[in-house]
Amino acid sequence: MAEPLSFQRMILTLHDYWADKGCVILQPYDMRMGAGTFHPATTLRALGPEPWNAAFVQPCRRPTDGRYGENPNRLQHYYQYQVILKPSPPDLQNLYLGSLAAIGIDFTKHDIRFVEDDWESPTLGAWGLGWEVWCDGMEVTQFTYFQQMGGFDCKPVAGELTYGLERLAMYIQNKDSVYDLAFNDQGVTYGDVFLENEKQMSKYNFEVADTDTLFDGFRKAVAECENCLANNVPIAAYEQAIEASHLFNLLQARGVISVAERQAYIGRVRDLAKGSCEAWIAHMTPSWQAKYPEWTV
Amino acid sequence: MSVQDFLLELRSEEIPARMQEKARADLAALFEARLQALNLPFESIESYATPRRLALIVRGVAEMTAAASEERKGPRADAPAQAIEGFLRSTGLSREQLVERDDGKGNKVLFAVIDRPGIVAGSVLASAITGAITAFPWPKSMRWGAASSSTESQRWVRPLQGIIALLGDKLVPVEIAGVKSASVTVGHRFHHPGGITIGSANDYIEKLRACHVIVDGAERRNIIALGAKMAAQKAGLTLIEDDGLLYENAGLTEWPMPLLGRFDEAFLDVPPEVIQLTARVNQKYFVCRDSAGKLANAFVCVANIDAADGGEKIVEGNQKVLAARLSDARFFYETDLKTRLEDLTPKLEKIVFHEKLGTVADKVDRVAKLARWLAEEGIVKADPDQAERAARLAKADLVTGMVGEFPELQGLMGGYYAAAQGEPAAVAEAIRDHYKPVGQGDDVPTAPVTVAVALADKLDSITSFFGVDLKPSGSKDPFALRRSALGVIALILDNGLRFPLTKSASKDVLDFFADRLKVQQKEAGVRHDLIDAVFALGGEDDLVRLLARVKALQSFVTSEDGRNLLAGYKRAANILKKETWAPGEVADNEIYEAEPAEAALREALDVAEPKAEAAVEAEDYEAAMAALASLRAPIDKFFDDVTVVDPDAFKREMRLGLLARIRDAVNNVADFSKIEG
Repeated sequence: MAEPLSFQRMILTLHDYWADKGCVILQPYDMRMGAGTFHPATTLRALGPEPWNAAFVQPCRRPTDGRYGENPNRLQHYYQYQVILKPSPPDLQNLYLGSLAAIGIDFTKHDIRFVEDDWESPTLGAWGLGWEVWCDGMEVTQFTYFQQMGGFDCKPVAGELTYGLERLAMYIQNKDSVYDLAFNDQGVTYGDVFLENEKQMSKYNFEVADTDTLFDGFRKAVAECENCLANNVPIAAYEQAIEASHLFNLLQARGVISVAERQAYIGRVRDLAKGSCEAWIAHMTPSWQAKYPEWTV
Repeated sequence: MSVQDFLLELRSEEIPARMQEKARADLAALFEARLQALNLPFESIESYATPRRLALIVRGVAEMTAAASEERKGPRADAPAQAIEGFLRSTGLSREQLVERDDGKGNKVLFAVIDRPGIVAGSVLASAITGAITAFPWPKSMRWGAASSSTESQRWVRPLQGIIALLGDKLVPVEIAGVKSASVTVGHRFHHPGGITIGSANDYIEKLRACHVIVDGAERRNIIALGAKMAAQKAGLTLIEDDGLLYENAGLTEWPMPLLGRFDEAFLDVPPEVIQLTARVNQKYFVCRDSAGKLANAFVCVANIDAADGGEKIVEGNQKVLAARLSDARFFYETDLKTRLEDLTPKLEKIVFHEKLGTVADKVDRVAKLARWLAEEGIVKADPDQAERAARLAKADLVTGMVGEFPELQGLMGGYYAAAQGEPAAVAEAIRDHYKPVGQGDDVPTAPVTVAVALADKLDSITSFFGVDLKPSGSKDPFALRRSALGVIALILDNGLRFPLTKSASKDVLDFFADRLKVQQKEAGVRHDLIDAVFALGGEDDLVRLLARVKALQSFVTSEDGRNLLAGYKRAANILKKETWAPGEVADNEIYEAEPAEAALREALDVAEPKAEAAVEAEDYEAAMAALASLRAPIDKFFDDVTVVDPDAFKREMRLGLLARIRDAVNNVADFSKIEG
């Protein structure tokens, strides 16, 4: 068997694969967010009638998952590989399997299964049906047909693939710790790149982040989102929803949001995201309907 | 007419495992109903489900539906043109096609003779396919692809990819959601990804088998059950069987291959329930026991492929995943152990139990006081300090990492942590088991401290929710109070607790318990009218006593003496009702010659009344019934020989008085008017 792909080679291979399938290859969004789905290229582009095919890496921040670099599988910062195809193509499963083959998974020796997993994001007011894709019992991808986003029906439905890149790499490279992954082919490991980051950022998330500043930031993001909505710049409004969502996650990690308050905060973020989606649709509908006269919200 | 078999396969992307069995049954039921409605005869229907297909075979389908002819009477031939036109419109015929007949009174009347020729099976089946797909009751369905630009597009559980519809060897043409029926399907996703042409219903199952697809779910379950058992045996272990896992794995595979893997023995320090749950819930693995009956460091996963290397890589991969899961579990377990349960209890102040009933900490406080009271009153023979201690710690595990990850481990983890932190065994056991019994058939705790906490926890929930008027109604019981009440009843009865419920319960709570008791006793074969008969006496809030009474009553009223006494009682009660008799209307100084049967009954009552009363007092209900039974012969004789409603007012009053004594003596034991029969 050929040498397994390094972490970066695996990303490059996925880029090549999806570029060949007609995807726009984007770079990561320059904001802190909890999942690739928050990227406007997914959230906002999942709405409306226009075809949209994109692939990109998105760094994800999950403050509560930090383990100070001591857990071999858990990170507060990791990468997702996102593919969004709208409308969902009829052979999406095969396209996806082709990408696994491209990064070196041999289907004659591995057990690939599609296990029911309905996806829902309370903070985005979004849901879809699909699966977690298992490779030998490990979840390597979330595969979803979006049905609603920001509370609006997806017309048409987009297919979304979210690969957990570190997990896949650990699998392909047969490593027990994420920090031992070969980042490139010249001896640089994932640990060389990210271990110190995990230690410091775990400490920051759990112990250092100033909660008054975070609460204040949350309030300001809410206000700024409303300001943007009032002035009809829905993309800018949505950025503030992303910001508020991340600040909420940090506040959770600091343990200062009670169980009772939690739902209220999620509700606030959802209102921002929904408001942004609604404004985005309102803003875009004239041009959408000019090109797709049949289309309605 | 010759008959043929019909094959339908609806192929889609992976159908959730939990939905397959019902979908299979639904498909068969929908087809059966439609074919019957359309009058197409057939012999039988069978249906199958795999992750990627629903299939249906209808055996012995007739060539066509039966032809039918219908006659409709119209207006008279000389009716106004408007009326005739209306009739033509409603029948779809022209004037020339109508028949004129004489109505016997010299009038010509128009008749429409409508022939409905038989419809060929193919077109009936085509409409049945469309109908079934459109009406299919998936628990959750979705839109997909370009067609989903409209929300009206065809929905299915996951994207529909292919339809096979063959009647005999002929294609039944249909098109749904852009998918045209054909005779081609696909085999196993990796073993045989290419197309397979199916000839007819008769080669479908075997052709797919040759392409690594076992169509029949029952067969896949057998393969898994047997294969998993053998794999465990080969390793000198015993498989812990699990029906749920069997169905789930059969729903995830078209070609199931059970494989045994191992995990590091060091993980066995983690409680076995945690390991089993992690393996089952997260990974859908079976686990095994060693020869000593203890959980072994092995699992059985079910792959969906006959791997080229015999499954070596698959086992390796699965072992790694389970190891990561178990180290997570161990991390939670070890972290949890570092904090004493009592130090966690302040966190319960932040968890709302119910907005009207305060926090979990508030509940814990109520339960602790009640548990102590139950012990102090001697209702439960437990040490009051231990009962209170256990109650105060019982909910602390709700804020541990492990229960956060696996809520179903509540109680159990608290028990482990309490034991590890040096709590007395009785306290740890009470923490572990205080949610029991959960539903019928669950173990009912008998250890006194556990009983005190389990009872207090449930009683608190019931009385608290009733206190803020959140009672179960109809099918709604969001706080599972019915289950709690059944739990209370089981705890009281199984442990023979003498516990007057009125001490802690209001009237509506008591009625609620009475209802639950009837439900619970019905399963044990106790008649609900007898429970009513005892409840109707009022003041009976001791379940043990109440049930002893009901049981004595049941054996009595089913005996011959009992049946006769009941008949006599009802006769007496009816006469009293009819005569609207009330006591105290008769001067008692008058004397008259009582008839022998009358005197005998009076004597019998003089003996039986105090006996029955004393027996009830002593809670010896058998004896009370025996005392009543002694009245049977005198009552029968009395009714045979004596006229109650005598013309002599005095005699009548005296005799009615006797009947009243019968009624009251009997009612002192149970309200016989509630007894049926």
